[in-house]
Amino acid sequence: MYISKFSKQFSQLAARALGSQLKAPLTSAPRTSCAYLPRNHDFFPLQHGAFFSTTAANASEEGNEEKQKISVTFVDKDGEEQNIKVPLGTSMLEAAHENDIELEGACEGSLACSTCHVIVMDMEYYNKLEEPTDEENDMLDLAFGLTETSRLGCQVIAKPELDGIRLAIPAASRNMAVDGYKPKPH
Amino acid sequence: MAIFRMLKCIQRSFSKVACNRIRICIVGSGPAGFYTAEKILKAHGGAEVDIIDRLPTPFGLVRSGVAPDHPETKIVTNQFSRVANDGRCSFFGNVLLGSSISLSELRAMYNAVVLAYGAESDRVLGIPGEGLAGIYSAREFVWWYNGHPDCSSLSPDLKSTDTAVILGQGNVALDVARVLLRPLEELATTDIACHALAALQESNIRKVYLVGRRGPAQAACTAKELREILGIKGLRIHIQEADLRISTEEEVELKSNRIRRRVYELLSKAATSSPNNLTSHQRDLHFVFFRRPDIFLESKDRSGHVAGVHFEKTIVKDTDSGMQMAVGTEQFEDLKCGLVLKSIGYKSIPVEGVPFEPHKGTVPNVGGRVLNDVKGDFIEFEKGLYVCGWLKRGPTGIIATNHHCAEETVANIIEDINEGVISSSISLPGREGLLQLLANKNVNVVPFSAWGKVDAEEKTRGSLKNKPREKLTTWKELLRVALG
Ligand SMILES: Cc1cc2nc3c(=O)[nH]c(=O)nc-3n(C[C@H](O)[C@H](O)[C@H](O)COP(=O)(O)OP(=O)(O)OC[C@H]3O[C@@H](n4cnc5c(N)ncnc54)[C@H](O)[C@@H]3O)c2cc1C
Ligand SMILES: NC(=O)c1ccc[n+]([C@@H]2O[C@H](COP(=O)([O-])OP(=O)(O)OC[C@H]3O[C@@H](n4cnc5c(N)ncnc54)[C@H](OP(=O)(O)O)[C@@H]3O)[C@@H](O)[C@H]2O)c1
Ligand code: FES
Repeated sequence: MYISKFSKQFSQLAARALGSQLKAPLTSAPRTSCAYLPRNHDFFPLQHGAFFSTTAANASEEGNEEKQKISVTFVDKDGEEQNIKVPLGTSMLEAAHENDIELEGACEGSLACSTCHVIVMDMEYYNKLEEPTDEENDMLDLAFGLTETSRLGCQVIAKPELDGIRLAIPAASRNMAVDGYKPKPH
Repeated sequence: MAIFRMLKCIQRSFSKVACNRIRICIVGSGPAGFYTAEKILKAHGGAEVDIIDRLPTPFGLVRSGVAPDHPETKIVTNQFSRVANDGRCSFFGNVLLGSSISLSELRAMYNAVVLAYGAESDRVLGIPGEGLAGIYSAREFVWWYNGHPDCSSLSPDLKSTDTAVILGQGNVALDVARVLLRPLEELATTDIACHALAALQESNIRKVYLVGRRGPAQAACTAKELREILGIKGLRIHIQEADLRISTEEEVELKSNRIRRRVYELLSKAATSSPNNLTSHQRDLHFVFFRRPDIFLESKDRSGHVAGVHFEKTIVKDTDSGMQMAVGTEQFEDLKCGLVLKSIGYKSIPVEGVPFEPHKGTVPNVGGRVLNDVKGDFIEFEKGLYVCGWLKRGPTGIIATNHHCAEETVANIIEDINEGVISSSISLPGREGLLQLLANKNVNVVPFSAWGKVDAEEKTRGSLKNKPREKLTTWKELLRVALG
């Protein structure tokens, strides 16, 4: 679904509404306030490379890049892309916030929340990042919709090799069991 | 093209609802309540959101649950405060649903009500001796050290015994173990309640047993909390190497479960590594697996007081549904102790008029829409009634989980507005009505600005002691400062 020709606010709202209609038609309440019993099976898939096929609206077309900045593309929950220029040394969380990109950062970058989770969309770029520390991995454990190329946005710092990196902000899903807890036996 | 038409249609309905006022009341100001408020305000330009809480203080378990030595986790209150300060949002503390106001009164005044009042009681074991003195739920103990006004006078006796048994191996169990075992000087500069700091100063607890009914491959904690407790200065860790043996099924399960695998690896490493930084004030932490509490033992010298726990040894068996269950072996073992903290999970409390599933301890819902009835294949929703957070999903999940949980509930609220299930055309009394009703009932409402006074006072008192804040821990004092 490519919808970026609409105004940002509107397309987000619309896509959200659409998304919830398309994803879970069985759970939406029709006017009568009655609905079929839903089958609660829509798990969030581990998306190994699921995003990789997204058509690239190339980020670095604009040329004229400032030396000290790299080009970063964020792909939001609704698939909408936003390209920004990020000064070297800045974290992706700070960069997102400076550009009004909706990336949570509940602990403001102190490695205590996992809400700044982003998915690096190309393995090639993922491999250019330093290995996550134990502490980052501990928080990633709890990240919502973890993939093999997941990182915490507050721990990814702009450096020249990352020029052109694409980061997806994971979409919410209806499966709330995100901290690894299966139903408990009693 | 079809999508384009659909978008147009949604755009039209959006612009229609955007100018209509929708009045929404959220019950509970924890992460679920605040994330819900934030998302409603963002999604609907005409929404007016009021958050009520039974306490004079906002933020739920972020204030009264999150451990005092985790200040980074509490930074999220900055974001919540920004929401509370939004012109379309209000916070009213000291308002108890079910007493200050009933659910039917609220529903009559608002277009929609979102229940996010958490889980404020405990699962019980239902075994003999559970009522003995010296046995507390982890919730009470946590409320005590975090200065929740309902537990400020708990005064657990940490002096007459050197041994505590904690039942359960989730993150809450690790939190309470850490508070009991951490060097005092490290706790002294946190926002721990002063009565707790004083009691810990005199504490004789040297040995803590963390007891799980299943094995290290099923431990409920996460790596971050585990790594932290394993690294406490002067703490000796005891793990039976024999307990770490795992079956082929468990090995397969661990391969596909990152959280469990990393916890298991940390435990295995800790079992074999030598203790760090041992000092003369050494303390011991024992991880005990495969033990299910059977009976609490009463003390012979102190009648009515706990003296130990009688455990049944277990083995873990796979069930048909693929779950690994603890099964008793009819072999028993006692652990002597003078303090027991039951950390086996929280439980929500029903409120009059709220549909409730007593077994699960949750409000029945589909995606946050509260269920009224299920008739055959059809379900009926309570019109304009929603739920979020621990009350919706049960008492598990971190703060961030409530963010996604709120996203789901709010998406359904917005959908109901768009489809006319919630009507914005009816003008309801909302905020003015609520405040009028509470005034008639002589309820002293604490608005967000009054919480600001408490906040400032706590910070001032804290700065004198090199603490981020010194919490006000009694109802009397909280209300005096807030309303004074
Ligand atoms: C001890 C402990 C430590 C934790 N530590 C962490 C951590 O470090 N990191 C992390 O990410 N997560 C942590 N969690 C999990 C996190 O706190 C929860 O996921 C989250 O608080 C649940 O949010 P909630 O809004 O559903 O409930 P709560 O946070 O419990 O909020 C419920 C609110 O409702 C109010 N309320 C209750 N009854 C009524 C009523 N009848 N009328 C009006 N108001 C009412 C309460 O006063 C409270 O403010 C911890 C949990 C516990 C128990
Ligand atoms: N820093 C953090 O991120 C942090 C801190 C605190 C809490 N939290 C979160 O808050 C949530 C609640 O934590 P929690 O520790 O209360 O719950 P939990 O993680 O569900 O752990 C409950 C523990 O109690 C045991 N238990 C349950 N019923 C039992 C019974 N009848 N007999 C014996 N043992 C029993 C469980 O064992 P079984 O596994 O065998 O059922 C488990 O060990 C969790 O999601 C947690 O991650 C997070
Ligand atoms: S902002 Fe909290 S971990 Fe990155």
